[in-house]
Amino acid sequence: MTAVKLPAVAPAGLELKQERFRVWRAFKRHRLALVSAILLIIFCAIAIFADRIAPFDPNATNAALAGGKPQPPSAEHWLGTDAYGRDYLSRTLVAIRISLVVGLTAVVFQVVIGVGTGLLAGYFGGRTDNILMRITDTFLAVPGFMLLLMVAGILGGTLPALILAIGALTWMTVARLVRAEVLSLKQREFVTAAQCMGSSHWRIMGVYMLPNLVSIIVVAATLSVPAAILTESALSFLGLGVPPPNASLGNMLSDAQQWIRSAWWIWVVPGVTISLIVLAFNFVGDGLRDALDPRTRS
Amino acid sequence: MSQYIIRRLVQAIPLLFAISLLTFAIIEIAPGDAAQMYIDPEKGTDPAYIEQVRVSLGLDQPFYVRYISWLGKTLTGDLGYSLRTRRPVSLEVGDRLPNTLILGASALLLSFVLAIPIGVISAVKRNTAVDYGLSILALVGISIPIFWLALLLLQVFSIQLGWLPASGMRNMRQELTGFAGVIDVAHHMVLPVLVLSFAQLASWSRYQRSALIDVLGQDYIRTARSKGLAERRVLTVHALKNSLLPMITVAAISVPTIVMGAYITETIFSWPGIGRLGVTSVAGRDYPVIMAVTLLSALLIIGSNLFADISYAWADPRIRYDSR
Repeated sequence: MTAVKLPAVAPAGLELKQERFRVWRAFKRHRLALVSAILLIIFCAIAIFADRIAPFDPNATNAALAGGKPQPPSAEHWLGTDAYGRDYLSRTLVAIRISLVVGLTAVVFQVVIGVGTGLLAGYFGGRTDNILMRITDTFLAVPGFMLLLMVAGILGGTLPALILAIGALTWMTVARLVRAEVLSLKQREFVTAAQCMGSSHWRIMGVYMLPNLVSIIVVAATLSVPAAILTESALSFLGLGVPPPNASLGNMLSDAQQWIRSAWWIWVVPGVTISLIVLAFNFVGDGLRDALDPRTRS
Repeated sequence: MSQYIIRRLVQAIPLLFAISLLTFAIIEIAPGDAAQMYIDPEKGTDPAYIEQVRVSLGLDQPFYVRYISWLGKTLTGDLGYSLRTRRPVSLEVGDRLPNTLILGASALLLSFVLAIPIGVISAVKRNTAVDYGLSILALVGISIPIFWLALLLLQVFSIQLGWLPASGMRNMRQELTGFAGVIDVAHHMVLPVLVLSFAQLASWSRYQRSALIDVLGQDYIRTARSKGLAERRVLTVHALKNSLLPMITVAAISVPTIVMGAYITETIFSWPGIGRLGVTSVAGRDYPVIMAVTLLSALLIIGSNLFADISYAWADPRIRYDSR
């Protein structure tokens, strides 16, 4: 089996390096994508070390300091406090962690279902394809947000339930993209060659096809993270996502609604933070698409 | 064509069954049941009384019996009563549906009116500073959560400038009728419509751009140009018309996004529509209303998908569904 090395699957040594170098160069040309990638690394670092860099306990109230009103930024509280005297910087930091955890894990879940469905449907075709694509169509007709509201509101929105629900309601686009790509890969010589040599179905799918799907999966996944983050924050904003007293960018904005007249930091900070995270993912996804997708190459 | 439409309509039926069963099942596994909403606090804790309420609501029956009975009633047009307001669900939904439709239709219209010119400008000036600027703006646009945009607009136009009302659909202080009433509703609608159309605006202008670039590369455009037609005429008569075609599909597949946007926008602006009803019914565990709103949303999504396919075939004679 190892005697036949197929260049389209795994360009050996130098070629692989050249390919990586080309992708990196193409990505680097996209200045905003590069800046966004750095920003994302910073956000991830914040998420990982949130409880260590937070100057205060994010859920510790200080009624004496606040006096029922949000306190403006000061030397001690850099981003002020909310109406309960909780340090707003610390709450923002742990909220960034929640957003990223929800966004990334929901997308992992979505990619696993989507790639599995798309690969099986495209590779086996016929009846399997028919059944799997009919299921995909069914999910596309489901009023996703209403179901998410129900999962969050009625089943008691624990974070894992929320993540599973977001993943389970958003895998369809990935499945369709992967299926279309598999259909075209099936016609390529290296797949025929592998079939002739008697490779099993699983080996063809896993060893020969999957590596060729990586670039579309990476792009689709990167561009799905912001959607998952926005969905979680929308649910939290409506009071059905992350339960209080824990901070999420969505429920911070929800609390901010009543202070919109008097305390600008209360609604500006979480809003700008969500927008920056989402924007960074969108720019990176855009840059990756330009770098990886041969169809958009100029 | 009519055969195709009938086939698609028939396919929608099992889909609606599946969605209603799924919703019913989620409600079933939720902790607590509908009887709690009906219990008279005066007689509160008496087990015999609670049991009596459960029996009167049919909650002593097994899951499938209740589902079938719900299905039978729904098919005959009886959606039951809201647990919260005790009004018929059909009235609760019927009162609010027109409000949501007005909001959604205005937002769709505004998205089209703004997105198409922006997309055309980007396509005509492609790979220039204008195009790059608009493309970055579009990415920024889809990155701003609409509930934050709503707070931003509220802050500027309603609180700082005081130009627009912050919530509701009508002026509460005085009853306005006739033309003044229409103006009043329009005045209340400005902010929610802006917020609701914003998300589409960003992505639609991108779609319009790539559709027009695609068309501009076609042979018949070269023919039109080589005939010596003015560039303006080539663009407006030959290219634009054909590039609008994919926008029908784009609009129809955006319906789920608009539905999701309506839940959030209506809640923030206290707009008395279906979206806000959905959120309050979930928060208040008003199960009959939840079922109705979910099915209505599903119908809307299925209908718009069907509309996309049919209108596409109608507008583009090269597409034939019957031959498949």
